[in-house]
Amino acid sequence: MVPKAPSSLDRTTRPPGPLVIAIDGVTKLYVMGDETIHALRGVSLQIRRNEYLAIMGPSGSGKSTLMNMLGCLDTPSAGRYEFAGENVKAMTDDELADIRNREIGFVFQTFNLLPRSDALRNVELPLIYAGMPSGERESRARRALEDVGLGHRMHHKPAELSGGQRQRVAIARALVNHPSIILADEPTGNLDSQTGVEIMALFEQLYQRGNTLIVVTHEEDIARHARRIVRLRDGLIESDAAI
Amino acid sequence: MKRLAHELLESFRIAFAQLRAHKMRSLLTALGVIIGIVAVTMMGTAINGMNVKFNESLAMLGSDVLYVQKWPWSDVEDWWNYVNRPPIRPEMAARLNRIIQDTPNSLLQVAVPVMSHPQTVKRAGKEVDGVYTAGTTSDFRYILATDFEAGRYFTETEADDGRPVCILGNDVAHALFPGRDAIGQTVNIKDHPFRVIGVFVHQGDFLGLFSMDNQALVPLDAYRKYIGANDQTELRVKVRDKNRMTDAMGELRGAMRRVRGQLIGTRDNFTINQQEAFKKFLDPVELGISVAGLTVTSLALFVGCIGIMNILFVSVKERTKEIGTRKALGARRRTILLQFLIEACSVSLLGGVMGLTLTWGLSRLIALAVPTLPIQVPFLLVVIGFVVSIIAGVLSGIVPAWSASRLDPVEALRYE
Repeated sequence: MVPKAPSSLDRTTRPPGPLVIAIDGVTKLYVMGDETIHALRGVSLQIRRNEYLAIMGPSGSGKSTLMNMLGCLDTPSAGRYEFAGENVKAMTDDELADIRNREIGFVFQTFNLLPRSDALRNVELPLIYAGMPSGERESRARRALEDVGLGHRMHHKPAELSGGQRQRVAIARALVNHPSIILADEPTGNLDSQTGVEIMALFEQLYQRGNTLIVVTHEEDIARHARRIVRLRDGLIESDAAI
Repeated sequence: MKRLAHELLESFRIAFAQLRAHKMRSLLTALGVIIGIVAVTMMGTAINGMNVKFNESLAMLGSDVLYVQKWPWSDVEDWWNYVNRPPIRPEMAARLNRIIQDTPNSLLQVAVPVMSHPQTVKRAGKEVDGVYTAGTTSDFRYILATDFEAGRYFTETEADDGRPVCILGNDVAHALFPGRDAIGQTVNIKDHPFRVIGVFVHQGDFLGLFSMDNQALVPLDAYRKYIGANDQTELRVKVRDKNRMTDAMGELRGAMRRVRGQLIGTRDNFTINQQEAFKKFLDPVELGISVAGLTVTSLALFVGCIGIMNILFVSVKERTKEIGTRKALGARRRTILLQFLIEACSVSLLGGVMGLTLTWGLSRLIALAVPTLPIQVPFLLVVIGFVVSIIAGVLSGIVPAWSASRLDPVEALRYE
């Protein structure tokens, strides 16, 4: 199943579900030597289940910091962050690891696949950390790979796959534990434009199947696939609008 | 708990994949451990061999035999207190035996006189120098700690009549009668013919000092008549119960003083020696060799550990981004810690297994080359070798693994 590029006609917007992410007045400071950098200066944002959101902004706008925050890789310096009603700021490192494992599927610009493991093993990884028995793990990983159209490439190592295929393995890995949100950081940044289009078509399918997507990008073309665009500048939200 | 099991399994898979992916690097790192383990276990094997040899030698003395002599076996500084002691005479054995028989519930069984001096044993055209030649009574069979390869011990008649018969140590018999039966043949000691009636089995040497196979035994009266009437004499006394050695020594001391006619308040003019004395003398030497040897060889192992630590730091650095990815996907600190610890242990265990195999091979080679050395890798040492390898892995892996587990996922993901 190779996804086709979406025609501009099948752009239905699905009704948003309950609140997943609620951040309120979040700031983030980095101390670098004598300098204090205000990466985020008070950001408030609410994201509901089944939304398709793009976060945009030039470099230095704080979008990476916001993404790390949303992905529970980092915690705010001040302000509130609730993920599905839980206070993220108060969590320990291990609790953050667990919430990333259960609730968040990451898609990276550089794919971040383990080079010596085949596609199937890469996809199984989050399930290993979830403590799932191997039989169930393998069937779940197989299904996830089939869902992204890679049923015939399960035992290929990343080096034996094309860029687009690698990113689809990474997407399968993000999906395999049925997370609440999928967080993609410049998912087409390392791909040629044709492959980029294919990946965005796959995202559209995932959205239509009921997933919640957050795409961080600086490309207007990519952001336009989403249903809502949040623009950041100098650590503040400049605009937040549906399209 | 189930999760931990999955993580452990995953860690072993990763460690194995790492070893396979970096074969040369893993082998070189393991080499340090191999050298360390070989050094430590070879030293352990040598110490064990020394121990075995030592105990074998002590067994030759007989663990239940006391030696009444003029001089003690240990070094003495006040030699003037010993040199003027009256000599010990063979007749004292008979008097001692009478006292033993008259003592109810005596702890002593029998006293045997042994006169001895090195002699040359000859036979038509062949001769063996420096043979420990001893004259003794038929009672000596009670304290004999060895078996016969051929022949027998002398009878009471032969002993009482002082017949010129002899029993030869294994080496003496084979040197004089190569490939032939020595029994019934005649040898010359001090130019007097003795008929060979027995040959002892091969016994080996005593602490490398003298060979137990280089001896000849003749009846006491024959010794006095044909070899030397005034040679030095010792009394060997067999004890009934070797668990009551101290009490037996006390009884023997009292009996000997009566034999010697010593007055109350005078110092003993004899010494009772026993194998314990050797043990007391040699144990600290053995301990010293063990401690020094193991300390030096442990340094080799320590260097091996530093090698693992070093390579593991490199590995953590190289895989920073992978660690970040794993953390993003839900790996806890413990998971990352275990992963690198198990990797370190795999390398050290690989080194340990190869090292132990090498030690085993080497000891087999040495045993083949020098069969008299009691070289044998004790099983306990193999177990210790494995345990030490694992401990070495944990110790050298703990710091790099800890630093990996503490990595900030954001920075680790950004690392190129």
